[in-house]
Amino acid sequence: MTATARETVLRRVRDALALSDHPEVEVPRAYRTGRSLPDEERLALFTDRLVDYRARVHTGPSDRTAALIAEVLQEHGAQRVGVPTGLDPAWLTAFDGEVLTDSPDIPAPALDALDGVVTSSAVSCAETGTIFLDGGAADQGRRALTLVPDLHVCVVDLSSVEAGVPEAVARLRPTRPLTLISGPSATSDIELERVEGVHGPRTLEVVIRTDA
Amino acid sequence: MSRPTGPPTNGTFLGMPAVPPRSPYGTGHLRGTRKFPEAARDELGNEQLRRNLGRATRTIRGKRLDATGELPDWERLRDAGAAIKSDTMNRLPELLEQLERKVTEHGGTVHWARDGVEANEIVARLVKDTGSDEVLKVKSMATQEIGLNEHLESEGITAYETDLAELIVQLAGDQPSHILVPAIHRNRDEIREIFLREIPGVDPGLDTVPAHLAAAARAYLREKFMTARVAVSGANFGIAETGTLSVVESEGNGRMCLTLPETLITVMGIEKVLPRFADLEVFLQLLPRSSTGERMNPYTSMWTGVTPGDGPQDFHLVLLDNGRTAALADRVGREALNCIRCSACLNVCPVYERTGGHAYGSVYPGPIGAVLTPQLAGMHGTDHDPNSSLPYASSLCGACFDACPVKIDIPSLLVELRHQHTEESGTTAEALAMKAAAAVMKRPKLFTAAQRTAGLGRVLAGRSGTFSRLPAPFSGWSDSRDTPAPPAQSFRSWLASAEGAATMRAAAAEGARHPDDDAPEGS
Ligand code: SF4
Repeated sequence: MTATARETVLRRVRDALALSDHPEVEVPRAYRTGRSLPDEERLALFTDRLVDYRARVHTGPSDRTAALIAEVLQEHGAQRVGVPTGLDPAWLTAFDGEVLTDSPDIPAPALDALDGVVTSSAVSCAETGTIFLDGGAADQGRRALTLVPDLHVCVVDLSSVEAGVPEAVARLRPTRPLTLISGPSATSDIELERVEGVHGPRTLEVVIRTDA
Repeated sequence: MSRPTGPPTNGTFLGMPAVPPRSPYGTGHLRGTRKFPEAARDELGNEQLRRNLGRATRTIRGKRLDATGELPDWERLRDAGAAIKSDTMNRLPELLEQLERKVTEHGGTVHWARDGVEANEIVARLVKDTGSDEVLKVKSMATQEIGLNEHLESEGITAYETDLAELIVQLAGDQPSHILVPAIHRNRDEIREIFLREIPGVDPGLDTVPAHLAAAARAYLREKFMTARVAVSGANFGIAETGTLSVVESEGNGRMCLTLPETLITVMGIEKVLPRFADLEVFLQLLPRSSTGERMNPYTSMWTGVTPGDGPQDFHLVLLDNGRTAALADRVGREALNCIRCSACLNVCPVYERTGGHAYGSVYPGPIGAVLTPQLAGMHGTDHDPNSSLPYASSLCGACFDACPVKIDIPSLLVELRHQHTEESGTTAEALAMKAAAAVMKRPKLFTAAQRTAGLGRVLAGRSGTFSRLPAPFSGWSDSRDTPAPPAQSFRSWLASAEGAATMRAAAAEGARHPDDDAPEGS
């Protein structure tokens, strides 16, 4: 009987290891983990990194969330915005345009007709300016929703901002669909000149809730 | 039924194993048609290319240094990254089986491919099963390596590259020349011309502003993203513990392909597996900072099998060998499998900077390509295999080793490959090294750069520890004496010292009196 590709590849891997000595490796994990920084420092670092990626940042206490979101949407002239099913409805109370709740059977071209999308976020990393979206959480929604519209307004609770990458990764739920966002879509493929906005949202607006 | 008495064809290892096969000659893109020195000479004549490349690599080098210098624990991250990778290679059988189990548990299907031919067939069959005759591609080294687009084409399936640089290369009927920025050899005027010629319905008034060129590509691909039913991607990481796959990118074309189609097919080299989800804490720091010099790339996607109501509902993972087990079998060479394809070694390499990527004849150019390509596809021990010239496409200056986030000792691997090759072919390493190095380094202007970076001594000193004969332009000088070789580790600092500089200057002056030695092969 001939071996399947699976058997053959696994046998080759075992043979290869048998042919070469491979002393056991101890992984040194002396890099920085478990860091914590005071609120003001995390906020300042995170904001600095986001701005560096040309995202725009709006900061305020949670009772200002609805007002900040409405201001941002208005500034971009957004009339129709999409939201995931579980987004806090109170966040859109100051917005006078149309709010459409997403569902899995809305086709991508329909999302393309939205002016923007408003979502929450799971975790963030201050040192890199990265926002982690958990596609399995009802206030962040499926991946297509934060991808197709050209404007993404993302709400971040300061308490969910971690100092570094290890601290942020530790808070993820691995088997959920996850999207890490560091600024708007960008390319440097033409003479290494950075151009914002290729296929993902060209504009990223971040609303940070300082007391949440 | 009696037990078979012959050598085992599968299953457990019972005796002396055979060396696992390399990827087949003649499939995919792991071998050019010309040897490195010959190809390099043509590229060297291209002033435009050298200007483009010089500017580009200088920019990325600067950014990378800023980004890595910012982290006080950078060296410790490198140590961890290197060790995680070595540990992964040690435990590859169990990790691959665990990955397969986890992906399957989450609703995905895992396929195994012995080589590129088999992987291509699997992907073509999966695409046909969907009834689609087109696929969207996310930039992927593995699918380039096996020549997937060409195979799909022969099966009547059109593959659309969606990464801007890959799109430029594809529309131009060209080959990529850099791992990370495949169209690095093209400038904005050329890109404008390619778009005007190849994109249907593009605005004839399109100018050369990069933002406008990117917008033209966006418009062209937008409709495809909205309607595509099948996408093919690679993977930067595959987590054994959870079955999670990950793609790191900038433009969002990856997110589009990984999210919108009904079927997703991911082709992943077996070396890309990582043991634990938490290991991402190391590689998400090492990769972006090393490759583009960013603190983090704009987008990273992670998915595990299929998720009802979100993304493709049919997911296939193709695990590819294609010569990787051959590299794994080599105690020295297996280190090259640790590569995370960041391209830092290309951007610091003085040889790559002058010749560009096409001279290497493989989808893997630059220092890592010079090691990985012959390992995956072999050198076949003859003078006619272009891959046999790749280990000589280096001055062994050591810059690639310093830059590599997972600490792959590329210079030593190149030396080892040279030894393997010269043992087979009977040619001296010195003669061959010079054919490659002289082609790039012999011109007076370039000599300064060579002097700055020259680590030639390290290989030429060979196992005896002395230079028997230095290459041109140093050969006239070394012909008449035995030069003690400085220890490999300190060679660069010695070179940087006043004594080192004076020695090299003297060597150059004397070498210059022997003009015959300067002649590169075939000129
Ligand atoms: S060898 Fe190292 S530096 Fe070069 S591409 Fe691979 S990981 Fe990056």
